[in-house]
Amino acid sequence: MPVEIKLPQLGESIHEGTIARWLKKPGDSIEKYEPLAEITTDKVNVEMPSPLGGVLVELLASEGETRPVGAPIALIDVAVPEGPAGSSEAPAADQPATTEPAAGRPVAAADAGAAPPAAVRGVRLSPLVRRLAEEHRIPHHVLETLRGSGAGGRITKEDILHYVADRDRVGAHTEPTPLVAPRSGDDVVKLSPVRRAIAQRMAQSKREIPHAYGVIETDMRAVVTWREAHKEAWRAREGVPLTYTAFFVAAACEALRAYPIVNSSWSEDGVIMRRAVNIGIGIAADEGLVVPVIHDADRLSLAGVARALDDLTGRARAGRLVLADIQGGTFTITNPGVFGSIWSMPIVVPGQAAILATDAIVKRAVVRDDAIAIRPMMHLGLSFDHRIFDGATAVQFLNHLKGWFEGFRDGR
Amino acid sequence: MAEMRYIDAIRLAMYEEMRRDERVLVLGEDVGLKGGVFGCTDGFYAEFGEARVLDTPLAESSIVGAAIGMAANGLIPIAEIQFSDFIHPAYNQIVSEAARIRYRSNGTFGCPITIRAPYGGGVEVHGGLYHSQSIEATFAHIPGLKVVTPYTAYDAKGLLKAAIRDPDPVLFLEHKRLYRLVRGDVPDDDYVVPIGPAVVRRPGSTLSLFAYGMMLHEALRAAEEVVTEGIDAEVVDLRTLRPLDVQTILASVRKTSKAMIVYEDNRFLGYGAEVAALIAEEAFDALDGPILRVAGLDVPAVPYADSLAAAFMPTSTKIADAVRRLAAY
Repeated sequence: MPVEIKLPQLGESIHEGTIARWLKKPGDSIEKYEPLAEITTDKVNVEMPSPLGGVLVELLASEGETRPVGAPIALIDVAVPEGPAGSSEAPAADQPATTEPAAGRPVAAADAGAAPPAAVRGVRLSPLVRRLAEEHRIPHHVLETLRGSGAGGRITKEDILHYVADRDRVGAHTEPTPLVAPRSGDDVVKLSPVRRAIAQRMAQSKREIPHAYGVIETDMRAVVTWREAHKEAWRAREGVPLTYTAFFVAAACEALRAYPIVNSSWSEDGVIMRRAVNIGIGIAADEGLVVPVIHDADRLSLAGVARALDDLTGRARAGRLVLADIQGGTFTITNPGVFGSIWSMPIVVPGQAAILATDAIVKRAVVRDDAIAIRPMMHLGLSFDHRIFDGATAVQFLNHLKGWFEGFRDGR
Repeated sequence: MAEMRYIDAIRLAMYEEMRRDERVLVLGEDVGLKGGVFGCTDGFYAEFGEARVLDTPLAESSIVGAAIGMAANGLIPIAEIQFSDFIHPAYNQIVSEAARIRYRSNGTFGCPITIRAPYGGGVEVHGGLYHSQSIEATFAHIPGLKVVTPYTAYDAKGLLKAAIRDPDPVLFLEHKRLYRLVRGDVPDDDYVVPIGPAVVRRPGSTLSLFAYGMMLHEALRAAEEVVTEGIDAEVVDLRTLRPLDVQTILASVRKTSKAMIVYEDNRFLGYGAEVAALIAEEAFDALDGPILRVAGLDVPAVPYADSLAAAFMPTSTKIADAVRRLAAY
């Protein structure tokens, strides 16, 4: 019997995926776990393995089409039902259509591979909620933004009735005019999944996290001098370039060890102190900003960090990051300095406590021992979740970084 | 008006009907000299004599078969099945004969028998494997048979009178635990509670609980348990299982948007399955949550051990837990 294959939950906070390419066509037979399609999600491209074996009957989404997680995308005919492990295959093979319990197994397998439907907001509406929404002419995009008070965030009858009561009290029976509308001659650039994901996450962060900021100035002479002296030999020895970002990561790891509260997450039950130090690195790719993660960065040497950076940067620009590359970050570094920015206040990644901005290293006249000296200076900016810690901690953390950079010696 | 126990209301209904109409008689195991194992016909033998209060052999097929024959000859028999567990030998007489006579005779003949059957189990009943069964789903499935099961003493008297006076066969189910648990005001005068209508025992707005018999008692207790948590459950007493009061059920679901059915019988294909299907078919667009069933476990019988009997039975605690889940859905 044909079984619906659904777009699986490909990762945290991923709500939809675009079929980039089908790797099988109708009529093809497919093994369980064999790649079925390439899916472009908000952040990465992934190969979707088939949740079961059989014959591909029909494609329910064409290439380029975007579907919500849990939506059916293909039909696979499970021609020969899987028998119980180790049992004889004879009876099942004789009468596939009538062996009900055996035929039920692949369905369960398909369900296990797909998303739990309750987790998909906006997709599962009870019959009553759907009817009320139609009766009260609540548009779909409003339903998607309604906060559900039911189990798993489900929109309940009461949620709809409260919404309608509020709306009617305001007297706005008509749709509110959007703040921004295209005028004559304007073009509308369709939002790519990446753009939409960035927008959603940045807005979520600014909505939920009370941001506070700290900025200090650091003298990068020790680092710059050492790097200039060693970068050629380093490249020959290690096979990868020695970037400033590698220094920033190494310094951040040590500062996070000294101030573990900066490596944490806010929750209503308490601050979650992260054991792992997984550093996300903001990288400008063609599609938009991506933030791959160096997992357990604190266990790497400077050379190890440099190699990890080279690998992630290369794959990010080639669009070949896998899901694991972008998950699990506990702290993020963004480097607007490469574009020349000298003072940045980035937005904290939702689920983390802080983000560090490293700005351009610029030669400036500074006072040293009551004399004017010319030094390569850099601003370090920390945006942080003020619910978790206060400005004093933020500046102490920054000063720890400053100490690391200014005290940099050969062999660190 | 007098306050009396459920069992006294049943006895009073039969007593009044036998006084009112001399065609009415009772037959069954130990209903005569002993007055019934539960005492439902206590004193009847002395009052009405052996021609109208008949002790029978331990043969349920014969009890119902004889009752059908009596009805065909102008009498109005009340056949007592001592425990509903014992009704199965009479299945053929009830299903193939009594329930079909109206249809088979193209509406010409009825079969005005009432079959009383004490049913149900639980820790207090100590019925074990042979004295605890719930049989309503099996018989409510049969067209031509009416099935009633009252909860209050008032309904026990009024519905039994309606059953006795009905021109067709009625299976009258009495939960044994209710006999001496439930008390209520019962008017002295002659009244009937019509077969068919359900009744809302507790109006509410959060969700609808449908139950009958002993489970109605548990459902009402569960509704009181959750009231302090802001859950206002409506409790509907189905009391006639066939014909079913579709309008009352649908009206309640349309009001609350959520439905749960509680029954003591085994969950699988139990009475709640029909109610759930009815709601899903007729009130789908009123639903704001899944239709839930809280029912007896799917094991072959109600166990004897107290701990196991407690595990089997849907209790007010189990019902309240399910109510909380459904309310939060």
